[in-house]
Amino acid sequence: MSKKRKASLHIITSFLMLFVAGFTQVQAQDGKALFNANCASCHKIDKDLTGPALQGIEDRWPSKDLLKTWIKNWPDAVKTGDAYALKIKDWSPAAMTSFTSLQDADIEAILTYIREWKPATPAPVAGATAAAKSEGDNSLLFGVITLVLALVALILLQVNSNLRKLADERDGLPVEAAVPFYKNKTYLALTTVILFIVAGVYISKGAVGLGRSKDYQPEQPIYYSHKVHAGVNQINCLYCHGGAQEGKHANIPSVNVCMNCHMAINEYKGEPLYTADGKEVNGTNEIKKLYEYAGFTPGQPWDPSKAKPIEWIKIHNLPDHVYFNHAQHVKAGQVACQTCHGEIQNMGEVKQFSDLSMGWCINCHRETKVQFKDNGFYSIYEKFHEDMKNGKMDSVTVEMIGGTECQKCHY
Amino acid sequence: MSNKIWQSFGALGKSEGHQANVADEFREELPFEADDKGLMSANAPRRDFLKYLGFSTVAATVAASCEMPVKKAIPFVSKPDNVIPGVANYYATTYVQDGDVVSVVAKVRDGRPIKIEGNDLSPIFQGGTSARAQASVLDMYDTKRLRFPAQIKEGKLVEVSTFDAFDKMIADEMAKLNGAPVVLLTSTITSPSTKQLVGEFLAKFPGSRHVTYDAVSYSGMLLANEAAYGKRAIPSYHFDNAKVIVSLGADFLGTWLSPVEFAKQYSKGRKIDEKNPTLSKHYQFESIMSMTGANADERFTHKPSEAGVVAAALLAAVTGGAVNVADAKLKAGLSKAAADLKAAGGAALVVSGSNDSNVQLIVNAINEAIGANGKTINWAVTSNYRQGVDADFETLLADMSAGKVGALLIAGANPAYTYAKAEAFKKALAAVILTVSFNTRLDETTELCKYVVPDHHYLESWGDAEPKSGYYSFIQPTIAPLFKTRNWQDNLLKWSGNATTEYANYLKAYWMTKLGSQENWDAALRDGVVVPAEATVAAGTFNGAGVAAAVAAAGTPAKAGTWEVVLYEKTAIGSGAQASNPWLQEMPDPVTKATWDNYATISAAAAKELLGIDLTKNGDADRYEVNPKKPVIAIKVNGKEMKLPVIIVPGTQKNTIGIAVGYGRSENVGVAVKGAGQNAYPLATIANGVVTYAAYDATVTATDELYEVAQNQTHNSYEGRMEVVKETSLATFKKHPELFKAQRDMLVHDYASKTGDYRNEGSLYDPRLNDRPGVHWGMSIDLNTCTGCGACVVACNAENNVPVVGKTEVLRGHDMHWIRIDRYFVSDAANPDDVKDVIFMPMMCQHCDNAPCENVCPVAATNHSSEGLNQMTYNRCIGTRYCANNCPYKVRRFNWADYTGADSFADNQVGHVSDVTLEMNDDLYRMVLNPDVTVRSRGVIEKCSFCVQRLQAGKLEAKKQSRPIKDGEVKTACQSACPTNAIEFGDSNDKNSVVRNMRDHSPLRMYYALEQIHVLPNVNYMAKIRNTDEVMEVAAAHKPAEEAAH
Repeated sequence: MSKKRKASLHIITSFLMLFVAGFTQVQAQDGKALFNANCASCHKIDKDLTGPALQGIEDRWPSKDLLKTWIKNWPDAVKTGDAYALKIKDWSPAAMTSFTSLQDADIEAILTYIREWKPATPAPVAGATAAAKSEGDNSLLFGVITLVLALVALILLQVNSNLRKLADERDGLPVEAAVPFYKNKTYLALTTVILFIVAGVYISKGAVGLGRSKDYQPEQPIYYSHKVHAGVNQINCLYCHGGAQEGKHANIPSVNVCMNCHMAINEYKGEPLYTADGKEVNGTNEIKKLYEYAGFTPGQPWDPSKAKPIEWIKIHNLPDHVYFNHAQHVKAGQVACQTCHGEIQNMGEVKQFSDLSMGWCINCHRETKVQFKDNGFYSIYEKFHEDMKNGKMDSVTVEMIGGTECQKCHY
Repeated sequence: MSNKIWQSFGALGKSEGHQANVADEFREELPFEADDKGLMSANAPRRDFLKYLGFSTVAATVAASCEMPVKKAIPFVSKPDNVIPGVANYYATTYVQDGDVVSVVAKVRDGRPIKIEGNDLSPIFQGGTSARAQASVLDMYDTKRLRFPAQIKEGKLVEVSTFDAFDKMIADEMAKLNGAPVVLLTSTITSPSTKQLVGEFLAKFPGSRHVTYDAVSYSGMLLANEAAYGKRAIPSYHFDNAKVIVSLGADFLGTWLSPVEFAKQYSKGRKIDEKNPTLSKHYQFESIMSMTGANADERFTHKPSEAGVVAAALLAAVTGGAVNVADAKLKAGLSKAAADLKAAGGAALVVSGSNDSNVQLIVNAINEAIGANGKTINWAVTSNYRQGVDADFETLLADMSAGKVGALLIAGANPAYTYAKAEAFKKALAAVILTVSFNTRLDETTELCKYVVPDHHYLESWGDAEPKSGYYSFIQPTIAPLFKTRNWQDNLLKWSGNATTEYANYLKAYWMTKLGSQENWDAALRDGVVVPAEATVAAGTFNGAGVAAAVAAAGTPAKAGTWEVVLYEKTAIGSGAQASNPWLQEMPDPVTKATWDNYATISAAAAKELLGIDLTKNGDADRYEVNPKKPVIAIKVNGKEMKLPVIIVPGTQKNTIGIAVGYGRSENVGVAVKGAGQNAYPLATIANGVVTYAAYDATVTATDELYEVAQNQTHNSYEGRMEVVKETSLATFKKHPELFKAQRDMLVHDYASKTGDYRNEGSLYDPRLNDRPGVHWGMSIDLNTCTGCGACVVACNAENNVPVVGKTEVLRGHDMHWIRIDRYFVSDAANPDDVKDVIFMPMMCQHCDNAPCENVCPVAATNHSSEGLNQMTYNRCIGTRYCANNCPYKVRRFNWADYTGADSFADNQVGHVSDVTLEMNDDLYRMVLNPDVTVRSRGVIEKCSFCVQRLQAGKLEAKKQSRPIKDGEVKTACQSACPTNAIEFGDSNDKNSVVRNMRDHSPLRMYYALEQIHVLPNVNYMAKIRNTDEVMEVAAAHKPAEEAAH
């Protein structure tokens, strides 16, 4: 009996442990998401950015309530006359944004995340690894086998003809004069056929690939590193590419979006930067290039009307007869940016990750599951919901609701 | 008595030429001349072909292995908050073209207005639009717009570098006037702020005045109303309240006053409830076949010179007097109409298109007698659409000739083109010291002026309009001005030394005092309209003193010859102000189905008499109809001669020749007008200062000449399957309500006797192919409310980047419209002139669930979607045209040339596309293209897509908000353009959708076109019912099953 009891106790404890662990993890996750969505564009935990480093923030403030007041609407905290609030107000010329929409619990989660944060390398995103996994390449093996077999066939042919010649000699039949193999019509025909097939394969492959530009990595007017922004500094992709959840284009941010942060950040002090060719890049100089476009002199107020647009080189080009909408994928489909753009957070200069071919699109539409239960739009698919309830199917792919039909992308 | 429904004379008589003509879907000559010399001496011999093939292969290889072009992505410097590249914004504004007003919403995509929609918030227009409003966006991108202020020296523009320099030049000129009066000559101004501004301007120049001149005058109506009701104004009409409508030559659905408003009202009485079928009754008395006449239940014709007699006779009939009309049929019609008018108890309305104040006064008396005043005629709210009075202009002309006018400032008006005595005007204009035009183009009047400072297009302007008293509609800019132009009101402000120098500020100040606060002003701009809290209806106080004199003056027939001419406005072109618009030029006329020209319309009887063409004879029908070259007649009126091709329109009065105005414009106004018709305004008669758009004594002679008219009527054939269209009379429908349903029931009986499910059982295919798990798009079209106005056709052009092909291509049957409106006449086979009904049937891809086009495509470029769409994939199409051959509805269009310049250099298009098509590929015109729709290249088929880009956008919006799509949320372009709501669209899987309801709850009228061929269209129609007492024989709907089995 005692043994049984012990076991049950064990089970209960482990359940409890799991629950607690799971709960804290959820909260920490929330904190991270909230941090990335709200804070990361101006703050880093261990380094100063537009705003000060946040590590140990709770120790610096006299009380948590005041800190919360500051985060929600900083002028309120200044009004209390607190010495630290007055001091931190002048930390940078750029004023902090108000976050009146954040609840106390949200702030609590963010602070917990900051407290428990440990420096780590950013984990690669699941979708990217799956897509990036290269297929096993057996072509070399097949090539060698083919070559060996061809050689064997050639030798056998040669043996056969020699044997026949010997047999003919023995029987006393007249022997034809030996023809050198390069004049042998059989060989010539064979070689021609093989060459034709090989050339055909390569030409058609090349022709199919025309207009595709996978791995395209042009030099941009400014060395802009996604690694520094999205990777090291954890700025949310949508902070700059907000159009991705609104409409067709993700949109390259306008100069004023760059200047939101770079009015304050005027030098680069991070890890050394390298171009694709391995040349070192001076980050501070690149920020100066931005200032030139923006018509901004550090220390003076910025007049946006003096700015010139930056002519970025477009990397991802779709043919004109293809309709692609970012919102459909990012907002409705909840697809991670990295699925199509690769590990953008690790790219110094952006490189085209996918070939953007139709086959690539279609494959994804065949495999990807739509947000069938979460998105109210799909409630009209009564039959599928019924089937899912009855266990006849467990998920709905894009293809099943017509996602591979012509006029989903071509009109 | 049996009626025959027919589209063309050839079809009526089943002529050989007609049959040969429709046998070939794509008429095409082989590219080489067939002669005896063999292929080597042909234009493109085999060796040349091989040379070209070799060269192009090598060239393509070399070109293809070059590097890909580098594309730039240039973001905003400072992005405006509400602008997201790739997402359209919508701004409420107002289409204003002279006196015509429609409240609209402009779709602005990435800073460019590309589409006009109706504004649902306007109680007047209720979201309806006209073809001209739809097309107006293209006017902004017209390459012939004036681009800078200029001095005009001998017809040539000399640019003035800045507005300041220009203002100074004008100030100097004004100083030289020495107090000679300034006259502002405009078309009708509906803007209240502009009227105030004009008043202030005139006050600065003593002795000056404002003259309003309308291209097509409504002067007679204004004067008659002044005499009868003491107001020089036009009341509001309520066609929706009228159970009986009598129109004396007024084309109120197409061109008269405010057709969008009237079409909306009219359609309310034309919707039919199957359980209790009633309809409004519409009589039309006219000389030519107008679009409105085509929609009438009963139609009677009279000579143009008898217009007054008819009006007087109708007055006599409603007041119990004797009807003095010789023609028995007309007399009977008048008596019947009068009886109905009297019986309606005030729910009746009589309108007249005449510009004779006597006739209009008689009409006022009729309306008074039948009690319409205060019921269907509202004097509490007056209409401002037309304000010009002929006599004012005559006086101005005299003053100008006498040198009594110092400066003439012209805005909108174009008398050098539209005035009957244009030569007199031109001469008088030369006598004016300073002439300044504010027109947007170097039109006929502007080129005679000394200065021009071009106005903005309305989509670039600030402004307001008051279409009806108390109802305001606002104009706000949707794009920064493309050229160095300015609001014409700016000129008045600057030149009169007003403290406010910009009209935008003046307008805001004007409305801030009226609306009281910034919030209200913002709300007014957002909604686009400000309307009274309550709609008031009141009768005017009638003074019938002048009626007896009017009857005496108009009631006797005018002196007339054998032939009489009527000038009319076409639905698309109107008075000609927008004639340079290629979309409008290519829109087929509702009745004649002709494009790019005006012509003389005559009756079948007149054709026989004048030209010896007997349309009941097959050979004659072929000679006239199959050949696009029409015989030309010479028309002589008052010493002026015009030679015009003849178009035979059944239902035209026998002695009448109809000619459309608005054509034959100066080539300076646009590429589209080149070669498009002749100017008919000079044929108008001016007597006692009143313009009559008719001539009662014309000499007509046949000539040997021929002239090609591009009609698209006979381009498509249903191979004799006339059951594509269904109509009957109200009396017949009441007697045999199951008339149409029986035909559908027969199909079930014959082909689906087991389950009664014709859709699934009647097919060889697996019924599961018909599963539509989510959305199943469907369209429903009510033939009873379609008036044929063509707004949908132009809306489709704009939404779907449908190319303009030009006259030469239309002649070859290469027109590209995705939606066409088929016009059918119903008449006795032997007498085509006795038209009983005209049916307008919008026809577009029916998106058949069992589509014959899909099965025959060798490359699967056209196939079916799970949402019921018949998809067309241009980049897969190789141009075999099998699909078009196999389409029973003939709705597929082939790109015979690179109309859009999608894949060739402009120089390579020369000679293959028409001049206007080439011009449409100019960068400026191309700004109108919808970036969400592929521009098709040469050699591919295209067709209606149910506006799939809108469906996708609507679904995405719903997904973004995590909700199902709402009924009415997505509208196709044709649906939203329609002023009568004849087209409904939605998800037929949704049991609450309008489309589903129309199908489920109107089983008696609902039908699918050619349902018997089991192609399962996703478009259904509602059979047309006309309100007549004629009871037709109903052929036994059911044929024995045995017979069907054979």
